[in-house]
Amino acid sequence: MTPRPFIRETAVAAPLPGANVDTDQILPARFMQRERAAGFGGQLFHDQRFRPDGAPRPEFVLNRPEFADARILVAGPNFGCGSSRESAVYALADFGIRAVIAPGFGDIFHGNALKNGLIPVTLPERVVAELQAQLAAGPDRQVTVDLEALCVTLPGGAQHPFAIDAFWRECILKGVDEIELTRGFLAEIEAFEREYERAHPWVVVK
Amino acid sequence: MVSDTDRSGHGMRTLFDKIWDRHTIVARAHGPSLIYIDRDMVHEGSFHAFADLRGRGLPVRRPRQAFGMTDHYAPTAGRRIEDARSPGIAAVLRQFDDNLQRHGIRQFGLADPRQGIVHVVGPELGITQPGLTIVCSDSHTSTQGALGALAFGVGQSENAHVLATQALWQLRPRTLRITIHGRRGPMISAKDVMLAIVAQIGAGGAGGHAIEYAGPVVRAMTVEERLTICNMSIEAAARCGMVAPDDVTFEYLHGRPFAPEGALWERALADWRSLPGDADAVFDREVSVDASAIEPMVTWGTSPEDALPIGGRVPDPREQRDAARRAGMQAALDYMGLRPGEPLSGIAVDRVFIGSCTNSRIEDLRAAAAVLDGRKAVVPVAVVPGSTQVKRQAEAEGLDRVFREAGAQWLESGCSMCVAINGDLVAPGERCASTSNRNFPGRQGPGARTHLMSPAMAATAAVTGRLTDVRRLLAGP
Ligand code: SF4
Repeated sequence: MTPRPFIRETAVAAPLPGANVDTDQILPARFMQRERAAGFGGQLFHDQRFRPDGAPRPEFVLNRPEFADARILVAGPNFGCGSSRESAVYALADFGIRAVIAPGFGDIFHGNALKNGLIPVTLPERVVAELQAQLAAGPDRQVTVDLEALCVTLPGGAQHPFAIDAFWRECILKGVDEIELTRGFLAEIEAFEREYERAHPWVVVK
Repeated sequence: MVSDTDRSGHGMRTLFDKIWDRHTIVARAHGPSLIYIDRDMVHEGSFHAFADLRGRGLPVRRPRQAFGMTDHYAPTAGRRIEDARSPGIAAVLRQFDDNLQRHGIRQFGLADPRQGIVHVVGPELGITQPGLTIVCSDSHTSTQGALGALAFGVGQSENAHVLATQALWQLRPRTLRITIHGRRGPMISAKDVMLAIVAQIGAGGAGGHAIEYAGPVVRAMTVEERLTICNMSIEAAARCGMVAPDDVTFEYLHGRPFAPEGALWERALADWRSLPGDADAVFDREVSVDASAIEPMVTWGTSPEDALPIGGRVPDPREQRDAARRAGMQAALDYMGLRPGEPLSGIAVDRVFIGSCTNSRIEDLRAAAAVLDGRKAVVPVAVVPGSTQVKRQAEAEGLDRVFREAGAQWLESGCSMCVAINGDLVAPGERCASTSNRNFPGRQGPGARTHLMSPAMAATAAVTGRLTDVRRLLAGP
């Protein structure tokens, strides 16, 4: 998947407190059989967003009018833990979320997000908790995530730097396709295989 | 290429380091390295990766290094696609077969006697071997590290990347050694040990780390027990879990269909013996666990870290000082329908699930059958073997009879009620004693309430209808 290029985004941010929000919450497993083209935005946080009869739950953050335009999510520690399903990232991206700010992410989710141009922004737990309180109170809820400058600007103007590995930052800023990039290393891969299989012949599958 | 000996400035290496170094195609001092991937195991959910390849007009570069297993959507009532519980599920199964055929990937499909859950089948067939790099678009790929492989879960973009190139850009994780010392008490299973570890270090506790499990308790474990331990590494957010290969590993592998034979076996063995970490290799982090203190464990909440000894009580959110934690705990109790202070032992369950890649191998089924033998289940019980081979083995040992006579359903192999996408659901509000690995809200179906535990404890809950200490049941009235 070629990541959608991202340079910076200023948008309403929505707080989603709580640790260990897993990918089963983000996209319940029963929706995984959808085709990519069908989109997953309508299924994002499905069982928290909707009642069993399909009516929206008015108390869920993304259903509240003040967060109707949210493009950034501010979540708790270990966000996106659990199942490796990339459809959790598809759901966030298709819903229109461009960045998630959290004290930490599930490893596989973090990788999946980068591949799809959804920016995982790690900030200290205290900063995230304060930001969540600030967003809940309002009225200013605009946050800027600047991937070029590696900086988040909070409502009120406070700024916090963040880190993303330079390789993936470059890929996302420029919309580089990783498979294409790696195919540029095919000669190295083939040379590796020759040497590796010579030294470890039992790894060759019968 | 980086050879096994020249990782600069680092003489002593861990098991992880040795496997990583041996697979490095392009090393970068900062940022990700290009890592060679020996095996990619694909399941039905891989249709996004195949669609990605199709969109690019790319073939699978080395189809023999990919293995297709039908498990997540596998019907447990029968072995035909028509046994699927919905047309949508049948379509996913068909699409999987088509994709594998089109790309020439070896498949262990529904009707194949080698079919089963990918992380059960990989080791069982000897596809999983020490020193290999293995990926699968499933987070519990960490299971396969029990044989001394570097095995980790990937998303569909990475899955497509491996199928197209046989390589992956990866950041080197930090290393964490979890040393389990002491002595396990009677009836304390690998699942109890692992639930205790996740409770100790937390659901985010191993984030960014490759875990190596070490110490006398791990050395004394069977390969199947090690698989259970490594399986739940991801529940502590680890990139992978591994156990250094030893004679137990080699004995397990010898003669399996995909294990090397003859002279190649001897060469492999010599190499595998060199894989365990150097004696004074340094880990980035160390954690020590006392197995002697571990009791039969059950979860009470909605994260695997919410595990306590069966003799404990549902915790009280009011005792949490941190407001966010208090709110999280309250939400978990509301979802689970539990009251603070309630003893865990005695919580009534509506059904029992014995299965999943955590606990569906033959030793797990034996442990459950030992409890159910001569007893009757008072709630519905589903027993879902991890593979068709495990099922046949259990039947050869007469375990199926024990389960059936106890009133349990004896089903065909697959993921089933672990993730509930084949339609085997726990109903809303129902409480399930489960040997699987995740108690997330909705994991076993919308509104389902999951308590994780070992096979013996799940079987005990089946007999009493309540969370119960297996040692009490076996001790008699
Ligand atoms: S049994 Fe459960 S955890 Fe294991 S591979 Fe299947 S769905 Fe994943």
